[in-house]
Amino acid sequence: MQQAETMAVAAEEWIEVGRLEDIPRQGARVVRCAQGDIAVFRTVDDEVFALRDRCPHKGGPLSQGIVHGKRVACPLHDWKIHLDSGLAVAPDEGCAARFPVRVEGHRVWLSLKEVAT
Amino acid sequence: MIGGGLLGLEAANGLLKQGMRVTVVHLLDSLMERQLDKAAAKLLKRSLEQRGINFLMEAQTEAILGQERVEAVCFKDGSELSADLVVMAVGIRPNIELARQVGLHCERGVVVTDTLQTFDPRVYAVGECVQHRGTTYGLVAPLFEQAKVCANHLAKHGIARYEGSLTSTKLKVTGIDLFSAGDFSGDDSTEELLLQDPARGIYKKVVVKDNRIQGAVMYGDTLDGTWYFELMRDGTDISELRENLLFGQAHLGDSGHGPEKRVAAMADTAEICGCNGVCKGDIVKAIGDKKLFTLEEVRAHTKASSSCGSCTGLVEALLAHTVGGDYSAAPHRKPLCGCTEHSHDEVRAALVANELKTMAAVRAFLEWKTPDGCPKCRTALNYYLLCAWPGEYQDDSQSRYINERAHANIQKDATYSVIPRMWGGGTTPDELRAIADAADKFKVKTVHVTGGQRIALYGLKKEELPKIWADLGARGLVSGHAYGKALRTVKTCVGKEWCRFGTQDSTQMGIDLEKMTWGSWTPHKFKMAASGCPRNCAEATIKDFGVVCVDSGYELHVGGNGGVKVRATDFLCAVKTPDQVLEYCAAFMQLYRENAHYLERTAPWIERVGLAYVKGCIVDDEAQRQALAARFRFSQQFSQDDPWEARVKGEDRHEFTPILQVV
Repeated sequence: MQQAETMAVAAEEWIEVGRLEDIPRQGARVVRCAQGDIAVFRTVDDEVFALRDRCPHKGGPLSQGIVHGKRVACPLHDWKIHLDSGLAVAPDEGCAARFPVRVEGHRVWLSLKEVAT
Repeated sequence: MIGGGLLGLEAANGLLKQGMRVTVVHLLDSLMERQLDKAAAKLLKRSLEQRGINFLMEAQTEAILGQERVEAVCFKDGSELSADLVVMAVGIRPNIELARQVGLHCERGVVVTDTLQTFDPRVYAVGECVQHRGTTYGLVAPLFEQAKVCANHLAKHGIARYEGSLTSTKLKVTGIDLFSAGDFSGDDSTEELLLQDPARGIYKKVVVKDNRIQGAVMYGDTLDGTWYFELMRDGTDISELRENLLFGQAHLGDSGHGPEKRVAAMADTAEICGCNGVCKGDIVKAIGDKKLFTLEEVRAHTKASSSCGSCTGLVEALLAHTVGGDYSAAPHRKPLCGCTEHSHDEVRAALVANELKTMAAVRAFLEWKTPDGCPKCRTALNYYLLCAWPGEYQDDSQSRYINERAHANIQKDATYSVIPRMWGGGTTPDELRAIADAADKFKVKTVHVTGGQRIALYGLKKEELPKIWADLGARGLVSGHAYGKALRTVKTCVGKEWCRFGTQDSTQMGIDLEKMTWGSWTPHKFKMAASGCPRNCAEATIKDFGVVCVDSGYELHVGGNGGVKVRATDFLCAVKTPDQVLEYCAAFMQLYRENAHYLERTAPWIERVGLAYVKGCIVDDEAQRQALAARFRFSQQFSQDDPWEARVKGEDRHEFTPILQVV
């Protein structure tokens, strides 16, 4: 098996996650961190979002869900989460932490500093 | 009280409770004539009379008399009735004055088309003022349905059509159970199923045309009202249900659900949804507080009926009971999902007829409302395309639920379980050693024997999956597809090889069935069993396809289910040889694959299409059976590759590795 890249990084720094093509369209990949996994999503329009990989409902791994529009469906109990805000789609209530992410050329960059809400 | 309709009787009962002496004056000779037939109306009248309400039937009000205040009501025949208070509830009459003045065509109401446009296409109308296809509505549910369509056109989506609402009625008078829906009067082309039990005060009438329910009236025991309404709305063929139809859903043999259906009598603390722990009180409160009218809304707000779905009937009954006449179930033609107006059947027919071979082509052709669908339609379309175009359609792994994408079952802690195939439930010391070695090496937390005669290993991290599959594969074990809407297991007993009662080699039969069918994708999971004699130790009569060996050959059974709702199989036919068993099995699976809705098990599918249809395709029509079996076998050549082996070799590598690890 191919080993994931491993690197050391300070919390505020932007880190290069990989190429856009490494994330399946309408899918996600995981960035493994000491503080917990971060899910990096790619929508059908190649927009990229990053959320803590824990559903606010029962901690399901959002990275494993089905990405549709700008939402992901949690694989455990089918809660829908907005990728841009991390908020659960109403009437469910809850929020997954967001992380800044940007795409430059074909490179995806992520900051490990949570967006304050 | 002038008017013996639904609102009039509810109001009369309310006035009576306030301590007043009430007389209901009604124009016709029968109460609630729009909702009840004469027999039921008579029972209702008797019961209201026993409570102390007086009736004056066939009485036409001429004038209300009085100087300062009302003193009496005068009737056309000259008689008078003294009164201190007169309440009128004589029905809703659309207020069409304004519409008429501006020149819109009006009859009883403002006439609108299926797009809710008036005769001036710039003007839309919805609600109680409109007349659509000759009908006016006085309930809130049809208004919601109209508003949805109207909003769709105002927003220039322009695809929705309003085709009228089916409504049902319940009387909100405590202690009187009354239900009516649809066309209950019938004519020469309809049949009436009737149950009358005067001593218990029960009256049920179901009007049937071509084995489809047209309408129903019930008095005294209305528990199955929502069930009849569902059957009517879905146009379900009731030929298989006729025998027990009037006795209710509780008598259909789906054990465990009968007495619980008595929702009205249930305590607030009674659990309705066992999956999500939702009590009756929670649901009733949410319906009231959040003004919920539909099953979907109740699901979204309370989670009741949103998991396994077995309590759906109960929740619908609660909804009907709580909101009464305002409740209307979803329209009879259910769209596949919120992204489209088209039903499962329409989508499937369209993608075959128009040779649509990609999901994008289907969405474009059928004018999907969302750019890339939702989990419901993506998973369904992926399956439909795979089934329609074997060997041509490129499976979209992003449109599969995680279990099918990862070829393992996700567990509550985000680890996975691994279940290798054990052909016909048999295994060998070598296979058991391979499983034991893998369990040791990967420190598997739980080893568990499944209900389908296999062994499951729990608690594996996703990254470990290809590694454990490599170890298992090297020793001859392959994917058991325990994670898929696919052929799962073929359970067997040891049959005549060992058993003193065995009549045929059921074990080999099971292995042959599994070798033929493994790897196939189906609308929902598909389980089989083969028993060596009628003692049926392999429980073949609660499987999707079951074989019971007898001395003269093989009895084939279909549509069984041991899960949410226990359902014993229907007997399909008896055959003589193992080859015939295989052909009938392939044909049955293909019919199910091509015909059932995605996520519909064989049991509800057979109840929907009728056993007669299945027999007609498979037993009575040899050519069709052979064609179905041939299509199944053709499709199998593209699906019998072990997905575990492919992933060990590197397919979908991204699925099993983090993109990056940060220290």
